[in-house]
Amino acid sequence: MGSRKWAVEFTDNSSTPSTRDIPDPPGFTRVPHDQDDSTLSRQKKDAEANWKSQKAWEVAQAPFKNLMMMGFMMWMAGSTVHLFSIGITFSALWQPLSALQGVGKVFAPYKDSKVDLLAPKLLFIALNLGGMLLGVWKLNALGLLPTHASDWVSSLPPAREVEYSGGGIALH
Amino acid sequence: MAMAIKLSLILLLCLSSLLAPSFSLFEDQVGLMDWHQRYIGKVKHAVFHTQKAGRKRVLVSTEENVIASLDLRRGEIFWRHVLGPNDVVDKIDIALGKYVITLSSEGSILRAWNLPDGQMVWESFLSGSKYSKALLTVPSNLKVDLDSPIFVYSGGCLHAISSIDGEYLWKKDFAIESSVDVHQLILSGGSDVVHAVGVTDSSQFDTYEIDVKNGGLLKHTSASFPGGVYGEILPVSGDRFVVLDASRSVVLLITVNNGATHLQQTHVSDLIHGSSENTVILPSKLSGIFSLRTDSCIVFVKVTDEGKLNVMEKVDKTVVVSDALALSEGEQAFALVQQGDSKIELSVRLVHDMSSNHLKETVKMDHERGFVHKIFINNYVRTDRSHGFRALIVMEDHSLLLLQQGEIVWTRDDGLASVIDVTTSELPVEKIGVSVAKVEHSLFEWLKGHMLKLKGTLMLATPDEVAAIQQIRLQSSQKNKMTRDHNGFRKLLILLTRAGKLYALHTGNGRVVWSTLLQSLRTTSQQQCAGLKLRQWQVPHHHALDNNPSVLVVGRCGLSLTSPSALSIVDAYTGKELQNLGPAEHSTVQVITLPFRDSTEQQLHLLIDADKRAHLYPTTPEAASIFQRESENVYWYSVESEAGILRGYGVKKTHSSEYSFEARNLWSIVFPAESEKIIATVTRKPNEVVHTQAKVIADEDVMYKYISKNMVFVATVSPKASGPIGSATPDESVLVVYLIDTVTGRILHRMTHLGSQGPVHAVLSENWVVYHYFNLRAHRYEMSVIEIYDQSRAENKDVLKLIVGKHNLTTPVSSYSRPEVTTKSQSYFFTHSVKAISVSSTAKGITSKHLLIGTIGDQVLALDKRFVDPRRSLNPTQAEKEEGLLPLTDALPIIPQSYVTHAFKVEGLRGIETIPAKLESTSLVFAYGVDLFYTRIAPSKTYDSLTEDFNYALLLLTIVALVIAIFVTWVLSERKDLQDKWR
Repeated sequence: MGSRKWAVEFTDNSSTPSTRDIPDPPGFTRVPHDQDDSTLSRQKKDAEANWKSQKAWEVAQAPFKNLMMMGFMMWMAGSTVHLFSIGITFSALWQPLSALQGVGKVFAPYKDSKVDLLAPKLLFIALNLGGMLLGVWKLNALGLLPTHASDWVSSLPPAREVEYSGGGIALH
Repeated sequence: MAMAIKLSLILLLCLSSLLAPSFSLFEDQVGLMDWHQRYIGKVKHAVFHTQKAGRKRVLVSTEENVIASLDLRRGEIFWRHVLGPNDVVDKIDIALGKYVITLSSEGSILRAWNLPDGQMVWESFLSGSKYSKALLTVPSNLKVDLDSPIFVYSGGCLHAISSIDGEYLWKKDFAIESSVDVHQLILSGGSDVVHAVGVTDSSQFDTYEIDVKNGGLLKHTSASFPGGVYGEILPVSGDRFVVLDASRSVVLLITVNNGATHLQQTHVSDLIHGSSENTVILPSKLSGIFSLRTDSCIVFVKVTDEGKLNVMEKVDKTVVVSDALALSEGEQAFALVQQGDSKIELSVRLVHDMSSNHLKETVKMDHERGFVHKIFINNYVRTDRSHGFRALIVMEDHSLLLLQQGEIVWTRDDGLASVIDVTTSELPVEKIGVSVAKVEHSLFEWLKGHMLKLKGTLMLATPDEVAAIQQIRLQSSQKNKMTRDHNGFRKLLILLTRAGKLYALHTGNGRVVWSTLLQSLRTTSQQQCAGLKLRQWQVPHHHALDNNPSVLVVGRCGLSLTSPSALSIVDAYTGKELQNLGPAEHSTVQVITLPFRDSTEQQLHLLIDADKRAHLYPTTPEAASIFQRESENVYWYSVESEAGILRGYGVKKTHSSEYSFEARNLWSIVFPAESEKIIATVTRKPNEVVHTQAKVIADEDVMYKYISKNMVFVATVSPKASGPIGSATPDESVLVVYLIDTVTGRILHRMTHLGSQGPVHAVLSENWVVYHYFNLRAHRYEMSVIEIYDQSRAENKDVLKLIVGKHNLTTPVSSYSRPEVTTKSQSYFFTHSVKAISVSSTAKGITSKHLLIGTIGDQVLALDKRFVDPRRSLNPTQAEKEEGLLPLTDALPIIPQSYVTHAFKVEGLRGIETIPAKLESTSLVFAYGVDLFYTRIAPSKTYDSLTEDFNYALLLLTIVALVIAIFVTWVLSERKDLQDKWR
């Protein structure tokens, strides 16, 4: 050994840490090298899918927070009609509506053949509908929904009269 | 749609709750949209007060019971008092040179007013034993124990009253001894004797001489003539009198001489050769002369010292003669006015020298003023010591003019003090095309105006230029333009006056645009004509925009109900009489405007005559065919208040001629004569617009209004309680009110107010009626409201059915279907007594209503209809509060700021007319009486327009800033996008 000036080792020892006395850098975890390429990519994809579905669920649940927030704000706004309560109610109606319109767009980044987006989408839609219902409920609570007979007849003109009559005390 | 309305209503509520609920205006806003005009009415008598020092004035009493002091230089009113409608002014005079003495109420009230300021000094009530003529004599230089008595003959008694304090000095009752009717009181100058000249039983001529100190009878002479007398005895000189006999063909000259009375008869035919029908002695007092008027002429007859009658002159019968005016010792002058074509000739003559005119002037006169009715003259001394004359003349249209030196010094349109009826007309549409020359001219004017204004602000303008600036300001004022405006504030108010003259007033500043004396309504010697009604005849909308709108004037020639009627149609823009349909051969007791129009937009009218026949106007085949088609559904009713009967009529199928129709009696309601007497009837205004048939109440519930134009409100009282307040005890006075359908005669509602009585003033609008009466038990005036609701529609409450339109709410209704109705009512105390009640009216009927109450103080008070809502309760629920329902109070509040007349009084208030403007929030109000007042009101505030003090500059600035901000941010974002792309 002593006469050898240098040597090149071509074997890759990276997967066999035991043969090496140099420890791995901290935080570096050695991927077992014995798997082939396909398994590696599959694993990677799986992880991505996992992550995507996880994210999709997160996105799907996001309106819930909104819902709570809205509910709180509505409670704060009270049940009398003024600018603030009307603004909140309309935003409560508008937000879910715009969210529902862009439901495809929201879930587009998590689109994957392996990820089942139906369930999160349904949850998302359901939560948004819930938000909208909350808005409608608030609208009704404010008395702004035409649910009473009065809302439908209040602008009806008087019915035409068939007969016409005039007269009075004799003029003098 | 419903929601949008709801939302807008809610926003509106928010807005209105933010604004303070006051309807008052600031001091500097007075006159911006209102105007007030003061009048006095047709002058009956005038007394000049032209002393050398002080302001020259003329004191007048008028047929509207006004006494006024007018400035002789300009015709302005110094002061004015309007006596009540029952306090008719009989005589007016000046006492002691500082008091105006008026005798009124058939000689029972004598008042003295301070001449300079019109304050009342004293008032005396004179009691008499019987009705008689009222005479007033104010001796100019009679002193009795340091007092100057005034002699008044009224109620069969001669009263002497101190002119200083109005105290009774003595009273002489003639009625005790005989039933003499005193015609003249004469006080010969210097003596202490009053001569009372009268007639007993129209066959005995009596003269009494009465001591001015104590009222003792000094001498009584009498002479009888069996022929009887006609009219008044006229004094010719101190001891001579003339009177006509009952046949009006003989002039009696009466001479009283040393306790003996001589009668001398002269036939009128001897004085006037030719026809001498309807002879009267004119009441002008000229010494030694009297004037006789017959159908053909007027003659002046001189009574010579020997008692002979000499005809001095014969003039045309239209000549008007004034009283004699004493110039200097023994000299007297009087004035004659001769009517010419569009000019009048005024001549002044001296009594002792009738042969020549002392003064003769010709004055141009607008022929729309008609004939001269009265003339009063006054003299002044010119610098060359000769006499000049001024003449105050009263024209046929009740206007008052002062003539001096052949010119009209001033005129007053006092016919406007007696408005009978009011209607409105739209102004012409502004022409869009403008010629180049006009533009250039207006550009030049505009530049000039601005230069002037600039000068004015820099204080460089001369007084003339300042006046020019003011003129420009007034003229350029938008409100006075003669064209239609966007908001519908500019209109023509068309007024029919008692004189038969039609006036058109601009709503902007109340100026008279045109005036026409209607030929069909002119009173001639044969018949007395008067206007009755004014209706819109043609209102061009779509088809006939080229035509001018026109109005129909209905009058009557004669005094009885059966007198023939006079009709004329007048162009509303020019005042030209387009058509003179009268005198029609039928009479008119009712004018009914039918809701039908022909192809030229002429409104169909039915005129009902005294024989209950209906006459259709316009008399065109087209109108007849329209009426034939609709005649099944046309009804009318008559209220016979004396008989206590309401009758309903329909049109008979068989008609007498093409345009006149027989009536068939359909129903009648007979009120029991022993317990009920009709005192008031009110209907809805025919042109009232109602926005909706539903009334939304608390908790989103709906009530359906019973809205019918064929509803009449009738109030009756027990006959005992029909007199003034206090004439009946609470137990015997009962007020009953009815709501009656006038098609079927069905009584929709009847309500009894025990212990209440009239006068009743009421207003009926939409589905409610508000009426005002006196409660004898509470000793207070009350106002009650009745709201009437349609119960047959109440089931329409299913939302789904309403959404799909399965309801019967829009199907035409017939009175014969007898819908079930319910009513709600409530009563409140109200402090004021009331002269008239009206309600605001708007274009679409959306805006809430204000009641306009003409108070006894001649002001107009606006009262929110919410105060007279029968659903008010002591403790309204939260929902009811949100609805705007007020808690119930026992009395209606009178908020001083809600007087729409603010500081003005509409003296002698008779009516309040409301006219919708095009702007929904606004209603135009016109109140008339002796005065005229116009303003606009916005019962729910002007929610549909910006206020005048709105900051347009700020709004513009904000918009500009926003636009700039948008542009800047757009540029910035574009730049950022570009940078992002290059990265």
